[in-house]
Amino acid sequence: MIQALKNLFVPNRSPELDFRASQFRLVWRKFRRHRLAKIGMVGLFVMYILATFAEFFVPVDPRQRHREYVYAPPSRIHVVDAEGRWHWPYIHGRTRTLNRETFRYEFPENVGVRYPIHVLVKRTPYHLLGLVPLNRTLFGTAEGAPPLFLMGADRMGRDLFSRIIYGGRISLYIGFAGVGLSFFLGCLLGGISGYLRGRTDEVIQRFIDLLLCLPTLPLWMALSAAVPRDWGVTQTYFAITLILAVVGWAGLARVVRGKFLALGQEEFVLAARAAGCSDARIIFRHLFPSMASYLIVSVTIAIPGMILGETGMSFLGLGMQSPAISWGVLLQDAQDLVNLAHHPWLLWPCFFVIAIVLMFNFVGDGLRDAADPYARV
Amino acid sequence: MTKLIEIKNLRVHFDVDEGTAKAVDGVSFDIGENRVLGVIGESGCGKSVTAHSILRIVPSPPARMAGGQILFHPRSNGGVQAPPVDLLTLDPKGEDIRKIRGKEIGMIFQEPMTSFGPLHTIGDQIMETIITHDRTSKAEARTRTIELLRRVGIPNPEKRVDDYPHKFSGGMRQRAMIAMALSCSPRLLIADEPTTAIDVTVQAQILELLRELKEATGMAILLITHNLAVVSELADEIVVMYMGRVMERAPAEELFNNPLHPYTIGLLHSIPVLDGPVVRLEQIKGSVPSPCALPDGCVFHPRCDKCRQGVCDGQEVPELKEISPGHWVSCFPQPGGRGL
Amino acid sequence: MAHYIARRFLIMIVLFFGISILSFVIIQLPPGDYVSTYIQQLETAGVKIDSQAIERLKLRYGLDQPMHIQYVKWMRNILLHGEFGRSFQYDEPVRTIIAERLPITVGLSLVAMLFVWVVALPIAIYSALHKYSVFDYVWTFIGFIGMALPGFIFAVVLMYLVYNLTGHAVTGMFSYAYVGEPWSWGKVLDLLSNIWLPVVVTGTAGTAGLIRLVRGMLLDELGKQYVTTARAKGLSERTLLWKYPIRMAFNPVVSNIGLLLPALVGGSMIVAIVLNIRDIGSALLGAVLAEDMYLAGSIILVLGSLTLIGTFISDLALAWLDPRIRYA
Repeated sequence: MIQALKNLFVPNRSPELDFRASQFRLVWRKFRRHRLAKIGMVGLFVMYILATFAEFFVPVDPRQRHREYVYAPPSRIHVVDAEGRWHWPYIHGRTRTLNRETFRYEFPENVGVRYPIHVLVKRTPYHLLGLVPLNRTLFGTAEGAPPLFLMGADRMGRDLFSRIIYGGRISLYIGFAGVGLSFFLGCLLGGISGYLRGRTDEVIQRFIDLLLCLPTLPLWMALSAAVPRDWGVTQTYFAITLILAVVGWAGLARVVRGKFLALGQEEFVLAARAAGCSDARIIFRHLFPSMASYLIVSVTIAIPGMILGETGMSFLGLGMQSPAISWGVLLQDAQDLVNLAHHPWLLWPCFFVIAIVLMFNFVGDGLRDAADPYARV
Repeated sequence: MTKLIEIKNLRVHFDVDEGTAKAVDGVSFDIGENRVLGVIGESGCGKSVTAHSILRIVPSPPARMAGGQILFHPRSNGGVQAPPVDLLTLDPKGEDIRKIRGKEIGMIFQEPMTSFGPLHTIGDQIMETIITHDRTSKAEARTRTIELLRRVGIPNPEKRVDDYPHKFSGGMRQRAMIAMALSCSPRLLIADEPTTAIDVTVQAQILELLRELKEATGMAILLITHNLAVVSELADEIVVMYMGRVMERAPAEELFNNPLHPYTIGLLHSIPVLDGPVVRLEQIKGSVPSPCALPDGCVFHPRCDKCRQGVCDGQEVPELKEISPGHWVSCFPQPGGRGL
Repeated sequence: MAHYIARRFLIMIVLFFGISILSFVIIQLPPGDYVSTYIQQLETAGVKIDSQAIERLKLRYGLDQPMHIQYVKWMRNILLHGEFGRSFQYDEPVRTIIAERLPITVGLSLVAMLFVWVVALPIAIYSALHKYSVFDYVWTFIGFIGMALPGFIFAVVLMYLVYNLTGHAVTGMFSYAYVGEPWSWGKVLDLLSNIWLPVVVTGTAGTAGLIRLVRGMLLDELGKQYVTTARAKGLSERTLLWKYPIRMAFNPVVSNIGLLLPALVGGSMIVAIVLNIRDIGSALLGAVLAEDMYLAGSIILVLGSLTLIGTFISDLALAWLDPRIRYA
């Protein structure tokens, strides 16, 4: 038990030290030895692939309403029929019936007909990412057959699994977009602050203090009031990204400034200056490359915060709005306790949010350990 | 001369991922009362581990006391001499060793800047030792502390006793450290590189202070250093260590005038001389091997210019032998060499 | 010492004005000013309003004047009279709403902070003193999960689990039977049975973070020379650990308040919304949705000021704890 736990958390040491390897190689080598980080990396890769090529991976059109499957629980996938014969995985059709005693709808299976789950099943032609024309998706039941509800259906009979995969597009990428923007702001203002010092530094620092001492959530909420309700999905998306970045750049700026101040004392910067390098050259050729690893770590750690920001705001009804599909929007259905108690599969989006954040944290942790490739563990 | 402490064949091993590092591998020496024994060697030769082992403050794990004895002779009580205590058999967290730490054996460390906790006053940290061991009242401990600070040369001790460590300079802290180590009049003071982290001008003052205190209190000193000048100032007897083993041991005068072990000779020759002809400074060839993979035979043989194949690199480890009274060397006899 | 406090105080004042400007900007952000929104609101309700009344309203809020004058007016009213403006959504002074809702948020945050300390400190200290033990690994892992759990999702999941397992619906501060009832033992017990969930949920992320922080800090301190010095003096292990390194590890706890407090306030708000607790978070949510901007902006101002005061107190505590700051 201890050994297993230890293997997860304590990176094993490198057998050989190579003084000629580039910094990138050293970081990468050290990172690979962090097992949880490796797991996280693979998991994130899979999730981003699923979300990016969502059209191909979803078994059901996420916007298609199935009136006869409102709040249907997840489909049961069978491989053995009632007579004990083995089949390719299949599902049955279900009929929505009202239970006269509990006054709740139930979905008994119509055992007679088997609907196999096809691989590369034919669909109405569509364009992958709006570019590549395709007419098949990875898996699902044939057109016309009862749809496959891997994680159940929502209040309009839409497939939750397909909606989660689609929702990843907004929820996962808003992290990148928001971090990209706040990274730019953070580097710019943090860099100015750390490089110029003096009064400019003081002013920017107080501004950062201001943003850090305010609770982020109320600030997000208040700023979202400025986003008009009648804006379209794309406009709202950019507005939310902007809000997340405007609130979130301060932490990154502080890291950049701290590094600038620390590195400014280093001999190699003095040497570069003594050799007559211009400010720009010192900043871009010496300072930024030296802190690159720290920046990557900070960015990795900031992304899940952004994802949670979108999810939380949409959850409260302040961010993305239906018909846009994002994890926060999906979670709005999970707000009502009674609803949730009767349809617990509505919690599935929670699982995805937590898994993504956890994986980002693992990767961030691995990167943090690896960022200083010369330090001994 | 009555012996105060005897170290016999001490072995301290560290279990690390790369294997077992034999930091101390069969070290023996003893210190008499009111004597100064200097231990010199390069960093990593095991001299500090030896010193820390006496007080049992080597962090364990990774360290493991692999063998040997450290016999400490208690004070004679009304002419009756109690049998010696083997410190290695004591529980390092137990009460027996704690009664010896600070009370019988005081210790000062290399880093005066971090030797005091930053959140308590200097006085508080010195008084703590006195109260712990001598069960005195706070007021009495304070008076004694002020007296101690005065004795180690801290000006205005009545006021400085209430200062926090960050208000003291490096040299002052080392003085305060000495005051703390001496607060219960120990019979042995272990000084682990006491002057390494201090300005050169202050170094001499600290050494002078140690000498005065030794004369005044009658305590013995175990002086650990890599600095030959420091050890020549103070020590009566010198032990030369290399890779966890004793290479040579002799009275100070004898060692400087008549070094026998090639390693000692190399060390002495690598000191720059100010007066005399300008010559290229000699160096010991090669570098220190990994403590996890010690060479067979004499540990020094790969770097020794007198190394003889088939003798020095065999399976046999050279014994520490007394060549002349008080002068011990661990080396294989040279054919036709002087006494070796 | 005096210099340090003076500087901290000055920074607090500067930040307060920064927050007030920010809040004012938030009030002005949505398209249309307060009066036109108000009129629109009245008109949709079918109330006709004459142009004279509009002018009077505009004059009262100084809407015909330039922005900076409006800001000064708003601030003067707050600082001199404690008047934050009027919420048209509730048709009450903003002050009344804040006074009614704020204590719940503050109380919840403070209790959550206490929870964070009480849970995190012993675990962190034990983990650091028993590095690489099963206990240490288990808590490192729980800490990872705890940091990844967003409060509102945790609240939803926990609420569902409690309902599913016990049939008890943890919503609001009190069960239905006790709302509006005078205080009694039953009501206190009922409060406790409801309040633990928001406290745990609000505090979990902070607890995980603090365990990590204190454990790391303590491991650093344990390796320092002064610990060996204290050991060489003959102090018992327990005495020296408590007097030196553990005492040091309390410093980051205190200096972390400035970051922990805003996180707890924000966290408690979203949790309270999920759990239907009528705190300032639900007021802010309602205000934002209805574009009741005087209420929204004032809430930001009050929350920001409170965390500022919290940070200032933590700065004072840090000076009291650490002589290096006190005498710097």
